[in-house]
Amino acid sequence: MAPTENDIAIVGFAQTAPDRRTQLTEADLVLHATRAVIADVGIDKSEIGFTVSGSCDYLSGQAFSFVQNTDAYGMVPAINESHVEMDGAWALYEAYVRLLQGDIDVALAVGVGKNSNSDPSTLYTIEFDPYYLTPLGADTWSLAALQARALLDSGKATERDFADVVVRNRANAKSNPYAQVKGDYSADELLAADYVRNPLRLHDLPPTTDQAAAIILARGKRAYDLCERPAWITGIDHRIEPHLPTVRKDITTSVSTRLAAQGAGVGKGPIEVAEVHAPFGFQELIVTDALGLDASTEINPSGGALATHAVMVAGLIRMGEAANQITKNGKNRTLAHATSGPCLQQNLVCVLEGDQ
Amino acid sequence: MSHQPAAIVGIGQTHHKRKRADVSIAGLVREAAQRALEDANMDWGDIDAVVLGKAPDLFEGVMKPEMYLADALGAVNKPMFRVHTAGSVGGSTGIVGSHLVSSGRHKRVLSVAFEKQSEGNAQFALGGGKGASIGAGGAFAPFIRAYIRRSGAPEDIGWMVAVKDRLNGAKNPYAHLKLADITIDKVKESPMMWDPLHFLESCPSSDGACAVVFTDEDGGKKASKPPAWVLATAMKSEPGWYSGRDAVNPQAAHACAQEIYKAVGITNPREQIDCAELYVPFSWYEPMWLEAHEIAAPGEGWKMTQSGATALDGDFPVNMSGGVLSSNPIGASGLLRFAEAALQVRGLAEDHQVGGAKLAIAQAYGANAQFFAMWAVGSSLNPLG
Repeated sequence: MAPTENDIAIVGFAQTAPDRRTQLTEADLVLHATRAVIADVGIDKSEIGFTVSGSCDYLSGQAFSFVQNTDAYGMVPAINESHVEMDGAWALYEAYVRLLQGDIDVALAVGVGKNSNSDPSTLYTIEFDPYYLTPLGADTWSLAALQARALLDSGKATERDFADVVVRNRANAKSNPYAQVKGDYSADELLAADYVRNPLRLHDLPPTTDQAAAIILARGKRAYDLCERPAWITGIDHRIEPHLPTVRKDITTSVSTRLAAQGAGVGKGPIEVAEVHAPFGFQELIVTDALGLDASTEINPSGGALATHAVMVAGLIRMGEAANQITKNGKNRTLAHATSGPCLQQNLVCVLEGDQ
Repeated sequence: MSHQPAAIVGIGQTHHKRKRADVSIAGLVREAAQRALEDANMDWGDIDAVVLGKAPDLFEGVMKPEMYLADALGAVNKPMFRVHTAGSVGGSTGIVGSHLVSSGRHKRVLSVAFEKQSEGNAQFALGGGKGASIGAGGAFAPFIRAYIRRSGAPEDIGWMVAVKDRLNGAKNPYAHLKLADITIDKVKESPMMWDPLHFLESCPSSDGACAVVFTDEDGGKKASKPPAWVLATAMKSEPGWYSGRDAVNPQAAHACAQEIYKAVGITNPREQIDCAELYVPFSWYEPMWLEAHEIAAPGEGWKMTQSGATALDGDFPVNMSGGVLSSNPIGASGLLRFAEAALQVRGLAEDHQVGGAKLAIAQAYGANAQFFAMWAVGSSLNPLG
């Protein structure tokens, strides 16, 4: 396609090796991911017109934690820079909107999370409504288990379906050099394990990962200077739902994913590959259904969020993996999805296309 | 074309207080948003997307509170976005909201910023959540001492700023501090906090929120009240520490102002800009920012304060709202500056209105005086004619 000045593409992606417990700081991780993506694209950092990162103070255990991370960018002279307390996928969204202002051509989006600093079953209780929900001590695992139970009760899926998702993702992850959890398993052996939060077993839960990822975006013709086959963002949208899962009409579906998919134009053509951010294996079933995907779409060739799951990074990695399918693997139309909040409260959908 | 005009058609804020025990966090942000919607003559359903900004989550002890606030801010089934850029975050929240309109992504966007500092311990969080905090005053006092030594400014400049901003705040119905009887002597005799900053030269700790409604050009032209037009935006960052850094006069502050002035066609800021809202949490930052944003020549900023130029009836009014010295819900403080600049060019600032204001700037800064956000707003798209 002949890009207009409003067409924006992913032209580079890099991630650090995932680690269960790294000795590096978040700033180190950002430095490694940023240097790698700049090298991948082959530019000087002075050519980056806008830099934005996504990270979370509570994962770092420190207020203003992103401030130290900005040391990784080399900000002398001063740069155009911003930060979101969201997954890096939303940092990419801000970079996309910033590029649409039309005064810059290249932007860098980063996600970083050191998840090993905390115990997710205690930390995520404070992500909720502080007056009514947090005091209950309900964590993300428990709320996900309630969602999984609702899905079972609806008759749309069985515990074996949950296990099959895990078997497939772990097998896919074998070919991903950046996978932390991978291998050949059978559903029978997975189903023999005890529950962690009934009906969820350990393999249904996301791994704990320390990681950073970075993506470079370029606008218009500039994309061709940086990438032979850019992954054009032909649709991107994100939506949020009511916070309290019980206020939502039906937690076995994802209304916000469906709305975001419509906004991103998913249905305008076939999707060859979808990278879905489902921290809990069974959520992949809910998300792919809401995206309107069928068996013709390959789901999570990277192994998805069950292979590595650094909160604040996993969504951005989905964007990078879906882009790689176009920039490096010859696919024409792919999809990336990112989620945040309890029981898939917030969802982002991005459609990427290559020149044909 | 990619860049389209964005108009500000609604502005709302809470009554800022030490402790807003009468409302939850959700109640606080909704109060500001409701006022902004009423000002815009809109309802919740008219909004296409919501942007929420606040400083560190450790202030209230709620992780990523935008998830919980989606319902209160009418964001359900819409895009909701969360910005956090330290002290400049309120400004960044306004800028990100305006970009969603100027990029053509949305027609009507609500930006909301808040802090409910009474829910937690702000001093603890300001120290990175690790205790032993010297506080923001302790961090900035060395820069201020360096400014005084460098410029040769007399010691009463800081006291004058403290009095001027509180007298302005007394005219602002939403201000936390309304110290109509403040005097130079009272400031001077108040306890020393961080030499040379006295208690009355320091910002309060407030609960509060601010909200702004943006629309596209068509929405701005059809607005029931006069709109403010976003003429230029900028966000610049530099490291908090590096060899040769001038922390008194940060390069990022200059870069931010230069980008704004160039975009708007401002060649003589002092003459062409009608008024400014600058992030002044400690009195001396008024002359310091006047210089770092190239409104005054190096070493001359304090003379603008001394001559009364920055007073409400001066030739370059600064912090007509009473500024951060009168209200400081940290995450909202930047957006309060940005909103006041817009209120001025809309002619809706009532008792703290600068007569005939057509072009105003607003600024916020954060962390170790290293993150800067700035915008210029006008009563028309071309206020310089």
